[in-house]
Amino acid sequence: MANAKPRVKVPKSASAGDIITIKTLISHKMESGQRKDKEGNVIPRSIINKFECSFNGQPVFSCDIDPAVSANPYLEFTAKVTEAGTFTFKWTDDDGSIYEQSKDIALK
Amino acid sequence: MKLSRRSVLSLSSGAALALVGFNSKQAFANAEDTMKAVMEFAGGVEPADGPLSLDAPEIAENGNTVPVSVSVESPMTEDDYVQSVAIFAEGNPSPDVITFNFTPMSGEASATTRMRLAKTQNVVAVAKTSTGAVFMDKKEVKVTIGGCGG
Repeated sequence: MANAKPRVKVPKSASAGDIITIKTLISHKMESGQRKDKEGNVIPRSIINKFECSFNGQPVFSCDIDPAVSANPYLEFTAKVTEAGTFTFKWTDDDGSIYEQSKDIALK
Repeated sequence: MKLSRRSVLSLSSGAALALVGFNSKQAFANAEDTMKAVMEFAGGVEPADGPLSLDAPEIAENGNTVPVSVSVESPMTEDDYVQSVAIFAEGNPSPDVITFNFTPMSGEASATTRMRLAKTQNVVAVAKTSTGAVFMDKKEVKVTIGGCGG
């Protein structure tokens, strides 16, 4: 899907050792492959199947997504902050497209 | 009888129930398929009750977006952390919903997402830790309007 738009919410700063909450949302229809069109043909599956989050190159959190996840997949998870740096977020589409976003965080 | 707001509401909920009945013609997974998927995820280890909690609404009006959260109490250190938590839905066309993979850098083993539920059913969460322990939690969610299309 060409118009998938990722949105991420990360606090601007945190103290070392803090556990922060990260919220992500990406616009995507998440076609499940279960629905049929008016003629009774199955609409082919087209979903985001993988999400990964890393901090300064180290993996923090990832998930494998199946068609049972709602349209515009929303994910909320936590991360432990030990140093200032950059979070990178990556979504992988069934059609091979990759959507990326990154956010910086500073130490208080 | 005058057509009051209350009677209109009760009529429409009856119509919603009829819709659910119509949808049940589709092929769905069942508890057995789900257990198979759970055992595959757990690598053959029998899941025990443990510090895993699955949070989902008791009644979901719209099966298209049902909020679901999982959290596991864990020290989340290099030696002992929760590796992954998978969510399964017993009454969907396929039981798999999502698998969360954590690392010690996650800080906590908790995550939230939104899922689709085809009908009223049990939702199951299974957690796997780096020490080899497997935990399970289950919750029934009542669905008014199914979320898998007709």
